[in-house]
Amino acid sequence: MSAPTRSRDDERTGTGTGADPQPGGGTDRSVGLTRSRDGALGTIKRGIKLSPEFTKGLWLTLLFAAVATLGKVIVPIAVQQIIDNGISGAGGPDLGFVTRMVGVCAVLLVATMVCSYLMNLRLYRATESGLATLRRKAFRHVHDLSVLTQNSERKGALVSRVTADVDQISMFMQWGGLLLIVSGGQLVIATTLMAVYSWQLTIVVWICFLPLLFGVRWLQKLLSKAYLKVRERTGDMLGAVGETVMGAAVIRAHGTERRTAQRIDDSVLATRAAQVKAQRLSMAVSPFAEMVAALGNTAVVLVGVWIGIDGGITAGQLIAFLFLMTLFVQPMMMATEIFNEAQNAIAGWRRVLGVLDTAPDIADPGEAGKVLPRGAVRVDFDGVTYSYPEGPVVLDHIDVQLEPGTRIAVVGETGSGKTTFVKLLTRLMDPDEGSVRLDGTDLREVSFSSLRRRVVMVPQEGFLFDSSLGDNIRFARPESTDAELEAAVTELGLREWLDSLAHGLDTPVGQRGESMSAGERQLVALVRAYIADPDLLVLDEATSAVDPHTEMRIQRALDRLTRGRTSVAIAHRLSTAEAADRVLVFDAGQIVQSGSHAELVAERGVYADLHASWVRSSA
Amino acid sequence: MAQGTTTTRTAPAGGAAPPGEDGTPTAARTRSSDGTHRGVFSRGMRVIGHAVRAEPWIFGLAVFGAMLHSAVNVGSASVLGHITDHTILPAFAEGSTTAAALLAAAALLMAVGLGKAIGLAIRRLLAGLMQFRMQARYRRSVARKYLELPLSWHHRHPTGQLLSNANADVEATWQPLAPLPMVVGSIFMLAISAVAMLVTDPVLALVAFVVFPVLAAANVAFQRRVSPLASHAQALRAEVSGVAHESFDGALVVKTLGREDTETERFTDATHRLRDALIRVGRLRAMFDPFMEALPNLGVLAVLLIGMWRLSTGAIEPGDLVQIAFLFTLLALPIRSFGWLLGDLPRSVVGWDRVQSVLRSEGAMEYGDRTLDDGPAGIALSVRDLTFTYADSYDSDHRDLMDDGTPEARTTVLDGFDLDIAPGRTVAVVGPTGSGKSTLTTVLMRLVDPDDGTVSYDGTDVRDLARDQIPTHAALVPQGTFVFEDTVRDNITLGAAGIDDEQVWAALRLARADGFIAELDGGLDARLGEKGTTLSGGQRQRLALARAVVRRPRLLIMDDATSAVDPQVEAQILAGLRERDDAATVLVVAYRRATIELADEVVYMEGGRVRGRGTHSELLQTSPGYARLVTAYERAGESENEPVPEEPGPAEPNPNPAPRGGRAREEDDR
Repeated sequence: MSAPTRSRDDERTGTGTGADPQPGGGTDRSVGLTRSRDGALGTIKRGIKLSPEFTKGLWLTLLFAAVATLGKVIVPIAVQQIIDNGISGAGGPDLGFVTRMVGVCAVLLVATMVCSYLMNLRLYRATESGLATLRRKAFRHVHDLSVLTQNSERKGALVSRVTADVDQISMFMQWGGLLLIVSGGQLVIATTLMAVYSWQLTIVVWICFLPLLFGVRWLQKLLSKAYLKVRERTGDMLGAVGETVMGAAVIRAHGTERRTAQRIDDSVLATRAAQVKAQRLSMAVSPFAEMVAALGNTAVVLVGVWIGIDGGITAGQLIAFLFLMTLFVQPMMMATEIFNEAQNAIAGWRRVLGVLDTAPDIADPGEAGKVLPRGAVRVDFDGVTYSYPEGPVVLDHIDVQLEPGTRIAVVGETGSGKTTFVKLLTRLMDPDEGSVRLDGTDLREVSFSSLRRRVVMVPQEGFLFDSSLGDNIRFARPESTDAELEAAVTELGLREWLDSLAHGLDTPVGQRGESMSAGERQLVALVRAYIADPDLLVLDEATSAVDPHTEMRIQRALDRLTRGRTSVAIAHRLSTAEAADRVLVFDAGQIVQSGSHAELVAERGVYADLHASWVRSSA
Repeated sequence: MAQGTTTTRTAPAGGAAPPGEDGTPTAARTRSSDGTHRGVFSRGMRVIGHAVRAEPWIFGLAVFGAMLHSAVNVGSASVLGHITDHTILPAFAEGSTTAAALLAAAALLMAVGLGKAIGLAIRRLLAGLMQFRMQARYRRSVARKYLELPLSWHHRHPTGQLLSNANADVEATWQPLAPLPMVVGSIFMLAISAVAMLVTDPVLALVAFVVFPVLAAANVAFQRRVSPLASHAQALRAEVSGVAHESFDGALVVKTLGREDTETERFTDATHRLRDALIRVGRLRAMFDPFMEALPNLGVLAVLLIGMWRLSTGAIEPGDLVQIAFLFTLLALPIRSFGWLLGDLPRSVVGWDRVQSVLRSEGAMEYGDRTLDDGPAGIALSVRDLTFTYADSYDSDHRDLMDDGTPEARTTVLDGFDLDIAPGRTVAVVGPTGSGKSTLTTVLMRLVDPDDGTVSYDGTDVRDLARDQIPTHAALVPQGTFVFEDTVRDNITLGAAGIDDEQVWAALRLARADGFIAELDGGLDARLGEKGTTLSGGQRQRLALARAVVRRPRLLIMDDATSAVDPQVEAQILAGLRERDDAATVLVVAYRRATIELADEVVYMEGGRVRGRGTHSELLQTSPGYARLVTAYERAGESENEPVPEEPGPAEPNPNPAPRGGRAREEDDR
């Protein structure tokens, strides 16, 4: 009986929480997250099962809830008893009876208040603990998904799965769910008690309220549509405002302020219109409920008096009946909000389940997985074919052997298949046909822990976490000491770079490493890879231009990093190709040329052309 | 009457001495939060005052609705009492009733329902309208202010913050408007209830005078305790989201280094902190709600007890007792609306302050009224003695919320830079990182004003030019650009009139962007941005170039604008630019030698000033710094053991910090 009773549409702003309704992206969706197809009840059942905290000790919480709800009828009963037995009782006003009655009721009220507190507390605890578990599971699962699946969703949408979507469930559980229990109990108890006083009047009341219940359900459907529109409009509006901020330079440089202002005005007004419309629908239920309540009251008084004259009901009972009826109005007024919240929660749950239901298509063989011995790796590609889901073939029967300890450079035009090649090499994806073997073992049979220790990839954008430089390097091997980090930096020939930073390893790198230059981020990524100490190093060289000094440092670090290891680099620099023991030239999903730089330059072919333009631009 | 005002007025102060349990350590905290709380209350009222003044009619009507609802509500208690005395009790006592009595009862009850319904409808509808109108009004003002403020201001403020100023902060500011009319109505309701009770029976009214102030005080005390906890939880919520964002952004690194376990641990820690904070909030709520519900009920019991005594002395009628008891149950809810308002106020005040700091920001550029002649030839660019500095605190990680701060230590980026470029010439600007090249391009476009010195186009100081003149005659191609959520066509023309598709295609061809655009589904009508096609870094650069050249600028400034473009394609683009018949003046910041060699002339800058000027080969001879820089590449290959020549000058804070937000997403080149 102690649910937070704030009327929700008063505080409803209509923006709702994040969680975009459409999965976004116009590309093919076949690789995306699974959409949970469970019905509402199925979703709730599965959702609750995921977090045992929800149901642990639930019976006790429900017991407290039952007692707490009983508290709602104490006052109406007291009023009835006092009017019937205290005031109009046989011997006139009976002060003693009333005192006893009030005393008992006061004790009961305090007792139900305590139960109510306990119920709330247990509910808060259980839901928050359960939702924390849900968040953790979903988070972990996102990381277990393959790169392909991860990239098929916007990062923001994935974040919503562990934040906004879970918050929606939380909102419902602590507010709507609570109200659902309490209001449901309230209706049952009020009905029972009213029936005890007069079954005829109870039927009258239900006849009055029943249509409202159905009306509310219908209204709620309109409402969720209206709120969806508000969310969409708000999204557009934020997009328009975002343009003024993110496109500030472009807008000024090209003088398009007036046009931008117009776009903002339009979207702000469209948002407002959607909000006002949603608000109009959401507020409509309260006046209707009031009218229904008035109708009910009138009917009860008229019918009550009519029955009462025949002795079917006492005056006190009739008045108590009127008090009990107020218990009906409140849940009805809240019903639209409760349904709405429930629907949002179910949608949120469905989205979280959608994440958990998506089977990682690149799975860790786990316990059964093989562990590779240390030492420079030999790599075999055996008839490897790959095509993206619903896409053309990107790699077509690739056969190639990479000898241990060699430096391989991979070159080719955009779309030639070179990126796919290294993704297969690091098992970010599995081939459709054929196999990739490390020292003779199929990659798919190698346990992830062994694979990630022996094969390390340095992606094109050296992503840094918002932390210190040292922490970012240590990310590869958390147990390494500062001394080890510094030694690594020195061994890669980057000592003077580290010394030039005011705070050395403690230098903060900023969000995504933005306090560092692009070149410095690459340096950090290289040191990080060095600390990881892999046997097979896979590099996707960055394309962005770096000033020559940093460029020199990167090259020197690269040279030292690759010594004694097998390394495969997607080369964008001429120097990388020159320094390689072997260059693989990709074109249209095939390896069209293979050999040392000197050999390939001498041949006529793709590489010679590529080289010519490289020389023109950079040497 | 007095009661209503007393309740609200004493509410904030009344809680200053909460009953009991003020342990020593918490006492200090309570006191300090008292101070801020009182501040918040009066400041919150001022914020609300702004809204009331802005929408007086809507507010007035909403309050009218609230009062109508309240009055009818209070009246309904009397109606119930009246019906008890005149319809129900007589009928039961006499065993018969009259049609007139029944009809009167029915009419009264229906009238009450109608009155409440109308009042409620008016109140809710207009409260919402007022809230949304104020939101819209301030969102527009904030966004317009963003357009007005200079680029330098934008660079000082993180994107996320500016977006939340326009969205979450505006929303938070006007949140109290939703419960506001109800609160005013509640005060009114308390006042008339007090009068009604006093008129009915002053003794019974005393019970109310005890119960309701206690309720109000409990409300305030609760809000005061819960709001710091709630805002703490909110901060933790942001932290959880931040960890998830970062972790998913770096998913490739996490995966390739096999660090899923540690990341999950990091996320779980944040999640558990949030969980604990939310449970702490829940504990208070769990206690507060039952208490708020029980207290009026206990009041009703007290009324019944005292009422019996009054009844036995004949001071009141049974109907009076029923009426007062009913009033108690009615008043419980409105009293709680104070709590909602108080709960919204702290966020509202913070939101208002943030919004105001945007709206009060100064530094909008002033423009002259001179115009340039439209000639076919390039602009004669003249730069005299440019000096540009920025505050050191600028890129420290402790950026004050909106504080423009008093400038202390400043770093000089441009230091007496001079340059003349004759119409139609192509000049390459070369220099080490931090030499001020990018800053120079933004000053030349007047995206920022220098501390000192002048930039002139055809002899006219750019500060004397009318607002639209610079974009009309000059164009900047940045290293990374922003792509609007719009069609390709709109992204190129940016709404400029008089550019037909043929011209757009011509520009795309020149930028070597026609190929990939033609392959898009819809061609020029294909949508770009998050909801449409995502472009790679090189494609974005080519789009930016097309955007610039389609305007046929007489001055084209390229800031390392082809860095992410394949070298072959870059060469084609640069050749295309040179072959154009209308000879624009071109200034290009470059690293690649091929780019440099295409220029008529090279300017070597270092430490914010010109250190050498001439053709590439001349500079190789005359400027050792230049020679060292452009040959660093080759030497890096041969002599890896030699120390790297140190770059002079401080690292330059990128004046075009990353194409914010709209950064090039990791591309998937297959």
